[in-house]
Amino acid sequence: MASTITQVEKLVGKRIRRREDPRLITGTATYVDDIQMPGMHYAAIVRSPHAAARIRSIDTKAAAETPSVAAIYTGKDTVKVGPVPCGASLPGLRIPHHYILATDRVYFVGHPVAVVVATDKYLARDAAEKIEIDWDVLPAVADPEKAIAAGAPPVHPEWPDNVAFNYHQESGDVDKAFAEADVVVKQRITSQRLIPSAMETRGVVAEWRGADRQLNLYTSTQVPHLVRTLVAGMLGLEENRMRVIAPEVGGGFGSKLNIYAEEALMGFIAMKIGKPVKWIESRRENFLCTIHGRGHVDYFEVAAKKDGTILGIKLKLIQDLGAYHQLLTAAIPTLSVLMMPGLYRTSNVRADIVGAFTNCVPTDAYRGAGRPEATHGIERMVDILADELKMDPAEIRLKNFVHNEEFPFPTATGLIYDSGNYAAPLEKVLATVDYQKLCAEQAEGRKQGKLMGIGICTYGEICGFGPSPATPAGGWESATVKIEPSGKVTVLTGTCSHGQGEETTFAQIAADELGVDLDDILVLRGDTAIVPYGIGTFGSRATAIGGTALYFALQELKEKVKKFGAMMLESDNVSFANGYVTCNKTGQSKSCAEIAGATYRAMKLPPNTQPGLQATHFWEPPNFVFGFGAHVVVTDIDTDTGQVKVRRYVAVDDCGNILNPLIVDGQVHGGVAQGLGQALWEQAVYDDNGQLITGEFMDYAMPRAHMMPWIESDHTITPSPVNPLGVKGVGEAGTIGCSPAVVNSVVDALSHLGVRHLDMPLTPEKIWKVMGGGKN
Amino acid sequence: MVPQTFEYTAPKTLDEAVALAGNGAKLLAGGMSLIPMMKLRLAAPEHLVDLGRIKDLNYIREEGGALHIGATATHYEVESSALVRAKCPLLAETAAAIGDVQVRNMGTMGGSVAHADPAADYPAALQALEAKVVIRGAKGERTVTIADFLVDSFTTTIEPGEIIREIVVPVEEAGTGTNYQKMVQPASGFAIVGVAVRVRRSGGKIALARIGVTGLSNIGYRAAAAEKALEGTAGSAEDVAKASALVAQGADANSDLHASADYRKHLTAVYAARAINAALAGTAKA
Repeated sequence: MASTITQVEKLVGKRIRRREDPRLITGTATYVDDIQMPGMHYAAIVRSPHAAARIRSIDTKAAAETPSVAAIYTGKDTVKVGPVPCGASLPGLRIPHHYILATDRVYFVGHPVAVVVATDKYLARDAAEKIEIDWDVLPAVADPEKAIAAGAPPVHPEWPDNVAFNYHQESGDVDKAFAEADVVVKQRITSQRLIPSAMETRGVVAEWRGADRQLNLYTSTQVPHLVRTLVAGMLGLEENRMRVIAPEVGGGFGSKLNIYAEEALMGFIAMKIGKPVKWIESRRENFLCTIHGRGHVDYFEVAAKKDGTILGIKLKLIQDLGAYHQLLTAAIPTLSVLMMPGLYRTSNVRADIVGAFTNCVPTDAYRGAGRPEATHGIERMVDILADELKMDPAEIRLKNFVHNEEFPFPTATGLIYDSGNYAAPLEKVLATVDYQKLCAEQAEGRKQGKLMGIGICTYGEICGFGPSPATPAGGWESATVKIEPSGKVTVLTGTCSHGQGEETTFAQIAADELGVDLDDILVLRGDTAIVPYGIGTFGSRATAIGGTALYFALQELKEKVKKFGAMMLESDNVSFANGYVTCNKTGQSKSCAEIAGATYRAMKLPPNTQPGLQATHFWEPPNFVFGFGAHVVVTDIDTDTGQVKVRRYVAVDDCGNILNPLIVDGQVHGGVAQGLGQALWEQAVYDDNGQLITGEFMDYAMPRAHMMPWIESDHTITPSPVNPLGVKGVGEAGTIGCSPAVVNSVVDALSHLGVRHLDMPLTPEKIWKVMGGGKN
Repeated sequence: MVPQTFEYTAPKTLDEAVALAGNGAKLLAGGMSLIPMMKLRLAAPEHLVDLGRIKDLNYIREEGGALHIGATATHYEVESSALVRAKCPLLAETAAAIGDVQVRNMGTMGGSVAHADPAADYPAALQALEAKVVIRGAKGERTVTIADFLVDSFTTTIEPGEIIREIVVPVEEAGTGTNYQKMVQPASGFAIVGVAVRVRRSGGKIALARIGVTGLSNIGYRAAAAEKALEGTAGSAEDVAKASALVAQGADANSDLHASADYRKHLTAVYAARAINAALAGTAKA
C-alpha cells in the first residue's frame, strides 16, 4: 500500500472557488421564501404610519370579513409574549418593555400594531389595509441631539429626558495630558444612520407540530441558536421543543444578528392556529423596521505635542438608539469607545456616551458595528492634527503607532492587541501609490486650480468576538467533525454563514488536516437540530473562533483515526498524513476510509476507545484578534459640480494568515463598497416628524456595481498568536478602512481652501458649497 | 410583490388596447414606474392592459425624413439601434444614459414619455429635437409636439382612453452636433439635471441651436433664450458661457433631498456649457 500514497496538495492558502456559488448564481438555493408547506398561511403586518401616537381604538371587523382570513391579532392578544430581548447590559440602562405588537402607543414609523393571517397572501395584505386604527398623533423627535435637549418630546413618557444611559470610561491622566499639550484639536464628526439592505429581506416560516409539541422556525438569521433560546423564552416554550433553521441566508451585515418581534409573532401564530405561517418582509418594511446602523454624533478632542505625539483623546458620543433596544443596540457605541485610540500608543483617553432615544427604528450592529465610527473619528482627527501641525498625515501616523516590540499591547481602553506591524501596510500602500509623486502632482495641480486629494486611513479592528466574559451571550464557538463509515467527512459548525464562504474555507481546513479530497467534505450549519449549540456568524469571528473549534475537533479525530490505524496495522509507531495512517517501521498503511469503516463495524476496538469517528470541540478564545491595515484613496473633484471621482483605491489589509485569498478579496471588495456607500452616497434621513424620507431605493443611494472604482487589494501577513490557525478576520475590514480614507482624501483635496472636515455622505452639493458655491 | 387584485389583459392589437383603455384600464408598458407604485400599493389599478404583446408598437423605422419609434421600443433598443445612432445620435445617447442596464432592458420609450417624470432623461432630448408624439384614441390619431404634450409633472395631454403609438424625431442633417449631459441621482439613476443640445454651423456661425432641459423644474423644456443667444454667434467660450447662464432662466427650480434649487440651477448652467461645447465639437467632426 505504501507506494500508492501521494502527497496531498495543501488547500489552505489557495484561491479556491466558493463551493456555495453554483446554487446561488443559478437561483436554486433555498431561502425562507422558497419553503412551501401544505396548509401554509400568510401573515401581513399592520404598521404604524406615525412616529409617535396613542392608539385610541382598532377596528378589525372589515378585515375579518375578508375572504381567506383565518385570524387577526393585535397587541392585547400578545402581551404575554416577549418582550423582545435587550442583550446589552450597562449600569442604569433604561429598557422600555418591547412588546411584539404595540399595545396602546407606537414609537416609530413601522412599529407593528396588528397582524392578519390568511390562506392567501394577497388577500392577507388587502385585509390588513382594512384595519382601521384611531390615532392620537403625538409630537415626535428623530434627531438624537434634539432628543436630549431640553423640551424635546419624550419618546417614552416615563423617561422625559430621552436618555437611555450614560456611560463613562477613562484611563490614564487625561486632564494632565490636555494641560501639557502644545496643541488641542476639536471636531464634531457624525456617522450617519445607514440601512443595512441585505439582498434577502428578513422572513420567517413557523410550523407548529402540536402532537409532537414541536415548533419549527425557519428564519433568515445569523444566529439560529440564539434565536432558539431567546424566542423559545419569549413564547414560554421549552427550548428543546423548538428547532430553528436558517436556510440559505442572503446577507445580513449585522442586521440579522438580532431577535425580532416577527420571529416570536410567527411562532405565536403557528401555535395558535396549528398551521404553518409565513411572513416575508417587504423591502419597504426592511427599510422601516429592520435595524439601522451607525447614528453617531461624536465630539472629539485630541491633545498632542508639537512633534505630533498624541497625548490624549476625549470623546463625547451621542448614540441615536431609536425607540427601543434591539439585541445589542446599547452595546454598539461601547465598541466604538474600545477602538477610539485606533493604532496609536496614547494611554490617556476619556469617553462619555449618551444613549439617546428617538422616534426611529432602533440602531444596532451593521458591518463594523461601532468600529467604523471609532475609526472614522480617530482617523479624521489625526488628519486634522496633521493639518494643524503642518505635518504629513503618513508621518504623524508612523510616529504614533504601537511599536512592533510592544505586542501584546495593552490599550488605554482595556484591550490587548495580540500582534501587529502597523507600519508595514502603510509603507506598502504608500509605495504602491507612489505617495511622493502623488504629493508633487497635487502641489502642481493646485497651481492650475485642480482639486486632487490623497486620503490615508490606518485602522485596527477587533475581530473574533470574542472571549465570553467580553460578550453578552458567550463568545466561544463549536464544531463537530464526523468521518462517516464510507470515509466521507461531515463538518457541523455553530457559525452561520450568510455569504462568508465557510462551506469552502472550513472544508479547506478539514481537507488539509485529514488529507481527504475537498469534494468528500460537507459543511453543514444553521439548523439547531443538526449542529451543536453555536453562537453564530458576526463580528469577523467565524474563521478565528469557529475555524479554530473545527481545527481542534479535527485534532481529536485524527488521534482516534491514528489509534484505530495503529490497531489495524498492529503497530505502536504510526503517523497520519495524506489521508493514510502509516506504520513507520513497515511502511504498511490504511486509508482514512478503511479505518472509518472499521471504527463503525467495531469488530475490534483499541483499549478505552469508543466506536465511530466523531469529535466535537467547543473553543473558548483567550483574546480577541486584531486585524489592521492601511487604505489610500486618490480622488479628483469636479471644480464645477463638486462631484467626487475615486481615481485610485488601494487597500493593504493584514488579517493574519489567509485561508482563501479569493474569499478575502471578496470580503475586502464588499466591505469597501459599503464604506464607499457611507462616504459618498448612503444616508437614512428622517424628517422632523419621524417619517423616513429615504424609504426606498429610489432615494436611498445604495451603491451599484457601475459606481465602484477598481479596488486594488493587497496584504501583509502578521499571524495571530491567539489561535493555531494564525488567522484574524476580514469581514468588516474594508468597511472600516474605507470611509475615513475617502473623507480624508476629499478634505485633503479641499484643505488649501480652508476645509478641515466634512460630514458624510460627501454629496456633490455639500462640496460645491464649501468651494464657495451659492454664495453670490 | 403583493399588489392589490387586478385584472390583466395582454391584447395583440393596438385597437383592442385602445378599446380596453377606453373602459378605464391602466396601461402597462415596461412597468419601470407603475410596478414599483403597485408594489407599494400607491397605485392600485383594477385592470392592467399589457402593451408588450402588440407587435405594431415595437419598431424603429425611418419614414418621410424622420425616425419613428414605436411606443414599446425599449431604451436598450433605442440606444443600440444602428438607425438611431446614425440618424439621430442625440436620442441614442440619451437612451444610453437612462438608469441602469436592467432598467434599459425593460423600460420603454413610450412608457417613459407618457409617465412624464420631471427627472426623466428623454424630455431634454425630445425638446431639443422638437419631437412629435403620435397618440391613438378611439376616434383616431392625433399628433402633438413634445412642447404641447408635456403639461406638468406627471401630466401630459393624453386623454383617458388614448395610447401613445410612436414618437417622431427628425433625421439629423449632416453637420449637426449633439450632446446630452446629466448629473445622475445616485439612488434612482434619474437626472438631477440633464441638458440636451443640438447645434448646426453655417459659414462659421451657429445657424441652429436647440437646448432641452430636464430635472430642473416640473417639466422638460426648451431653453429658448439661451438658444437665441447662441444662434448667430461663432460659439466662442464667451458665447457659450453667456448662453449657458440663460438656460435656467425663469425656471422654477425643484428642491429635494438630492439637490437644492440653487444647486440645480448652477448645475444646469454647468452641464449646458459642457453639452454645448461637446455638441460644437461634434459639428467640427461631422
